[in-house]
Amino acid sequence: MITDQDLIGFVLHEARLIDEQRFEEWLDLFAEDGRYWMPLEMGQTDPILHNSLFYDDKLLLRIRVERLKGAKTYSQKPKSRCHHLMQAPLVEARDDATGEYATWAAFHYVETRLDEQTLYAGWSRHSLVLIDGRLKIKLKRVDLVNCDSAFGNIQLFM
Amino acid sequence: MPYDIPSARALIRETEVHRDIYTSPEVFDLEMKHVFGNAWVYVGHASQIPAMGDFITTTTGVTPVVMVRRGDGGISVLYNRCPHKGTRVANELCGNAGRFFRCPYHAWSFRLDGSIAAIPMPEAYARTEFKGSEAAKGMTPVAAVHVYRDFVFARLAAEGIGFEDFFGDSLSSLDNMVDRSPVGRLEVAGGVLRYLHHCNYKMLMENLTDTCHPMVAHESSAGTAVAVWNTMPPGTPKHPAVEIYAPFMSSYQAFDSMGVQVWPNGHGHTGVSHSIHSDYSAIPGYYEQMVAAHGEEKARRILDTNRHNTAYFPNMTMKGPIQALRIFKPIAADKTMVESWTFRLVGAPDKLLERTLMYSRLINAPTSPVGHDDLEMYERAQDALHADGNVWINTQRNYDPGETPEDTAVTNGTTERQMRNQLRAWKKFMAERVVA
Ligand code: FES
Ligand SMILES: [Fe+2]
Repeated sequence: MITDQDLIGFVLHEARLIDEQRFEEWLDLFAEDGRYWMPLEMGQTDPILHNSLFYDDKLLLRIRVERLKGAKTYSQKPKSRCHHLMQAPLVEARDDATGEYATWAAFHYVETRLDEQTLYAGWSRHSLVLIDGRLKIKLKRVDLVNCDSAFGNIQLFM
Repeated sequence: MPYDIPSARALIRETEVHRDIYTSPEVFDLEMKHVFGNAWVYVGHASQIPAMGDFITTTTGVTPVVMVRRGDGGISVLYNRCPHKGTRVANELCGNAGRFFRCPYHAWSFRLDGSIAAIPMPEAYARTEFKGSEAAKGMTPVAAVHVYRDFVFARLAAEGIGFEDFFGDSLSSLDNMVDRSPVGRLEVAGGVLRYLHHCNYKMLMENLTDTCHPMVAHESSAGTAVAVWNTMPPGTPKHPAVEIYAPFMSSYQAFDSMGVQVWPNGHGHTGVSHSIHSDYSAIPGYYEQMVAAHGEEKARRILDTNRHNTAYFPNMTMKGPIQALRIFKPIAADKTMVESWTFRLVGAPDKLLERTLMYSRLINAPTSPVGHDDLEMYERAQDALHADGNVWINTQRNYDPGETPEDTAVTNGTTERQMRNQLRAWKKFMAERVVA
C-alpha cells in the first residue's frame, strides 16, 4: 500500500539523486516508457507539434547521462553542479486500484559551472505508476516560471 | 583602439582575420551601422502576421524594428520607436495593433504604414512649423523591404544593392524549402527556441559551414548517441533521434565528398551532392502528395536536393530538408541571441513538423547536448581571443589564390572557403555605401 508519505518521499529522493549526480539510479526511477518533459510555453498541452525544452524518452535521457560522464564532453570540463530547493510536494491524485499517482511541487533550482550560477524556478508534476511493487516515473513535467525566456546552457536536470 | 571603416576592413586578410572583429566594441558598432545597414537582413516570415494589424517585434542588427501587416495586405517594417520621445511603441514579441499603433507614453497614434494618425491636442502644434519636423513623419519605415516567397528582408540603407543582386542564385535554397510544401507555402509553427550565447554572432555563422568540427566537438553527444544505440538489442525499431544524431559522426572523407558551394555577397552552403539530412526515413504519404502536386520528375528533383546548412550573409542560416531557420541576432561584440524557427510545410503530413521540432530540440535548444558542445567552443574562443600573443585567426584550409568575392563555385566539402566568402563580404559591406 502506497502512502502519501511514500509519494512525497519519492519526489524528494528523485531531486536528491540529481543533486548528488547519481544519474544511473535516477534513470532507474523512470518507467521504460517514461518521459521527462519541460514545455516551452505556459500551459502547453502538445509536446509533439509544439516545441519543448525537453521531451525525452528514456533512451534520450540515457544518452544525456552517458554524455555527462564522457571523457570528450568538453562542456563538462569542468563539471556543472546543481541544487534543488523543493517545497513540500502535494499529492494531487491517487488511484490505488490502477497504481497511478500524481504529485505537484514548487522548486527553486540552481545550476552552476565555473564562476556562473543560474537560478531557475518552477513547478514539477510527477505522474507515477506502480510497477512490480515499485513506484516509477511515467511523466515528469517541469514547468519553468519563465519557460519562454531565452536561456544559456541548461546541462543538468530539474 | 579606435576604428574607422578603412582600419576595420584591414582586419580581414585573405586567409586570416584579426580577432578584433569578434571582440572589439568599436568594430561591432561600425559593423552594426555599415554591414547590417548595407546588407539585406532577414526580418521574419509573413505567416507570423496573417491579419491586418498583426505585428512581430525584432531587430535588424541592433536596430529595433516592428514588422506589421497593413490594411492593404502589404507588409511594413518600421523602426520601433516613437517619433516623439523615442519610446518603443510595440512591446510584445508578437501581437495585434488593430488599425493603429498607439504610443503608450503620450498617445500619439500611427497608421500601420507608420504615418501619424493623431496627436492629442493638435492645436498646441498649430503655430510651430510641426509639419517640417522629423517627428511629423511618424514612425520611420526602413528604407527597403522585400518579401520573397513570404520571407521578409529589410535593408536599412537608403541607397544600396538590390535584393536580387544581393542574393542571386543563393535563393535556390529558400526555393527548395518552400517547394517542399505540396502547395508551395510555409507557415511558422511550433514556437521559437531562444538561446543566449556569450560570443560574437560571426562564430555561429562560420561554424554553420564548418564541416571539420562535428566529428570532434560533437563526439560527446552524437558519438554517445551512436554508442548507446549500439547497445540496444538487434531489431529495436530505429529511433528518430538516432537518425538525427548519427550523421554528425560522419568522417572527414564523408563531409569532404558532400561539397561546399559559394555565391557572391557571402552566401553559401554545405551539402551539395548529399548531406547529413539525405538519409532520413521517408514519411508515409508525403512523396505521393508531392508527386500529385508537381509530377514525378519535379517532385524527385525537389526532394533529392538535401542541402545541409545554407548561410545567408550576414546572420541567417537555414536547412531546407528539415524546414528550420536560425537567426543569430547580434547584441554586443560578445553577446548573441540565437533564435531557431521551424516551419510547417502546408499540405504535408504533421510528421514532418514533428521531425523538425525534434531536430531543433536536440541540436539547437539551450537544453541540446549538441548546442552545449558548440557553445563551449565559442565561449572558450571569445575569452581566449584576448590573448595578445597571436591576434589572428586562421581561415586557410583549401585556400585557392584565385578566389574572389564575386565567385560562384562548388568545392570540396571540408574547405573553409565559405568562411572566407563571408569575411570577404563583411569587408565589402563595411563601407559607407554598397550599390552592387
Ligand atoms: S513618446 Fe510616444 S507619444 Fe510621447
Ligand atoms: Fe556544431
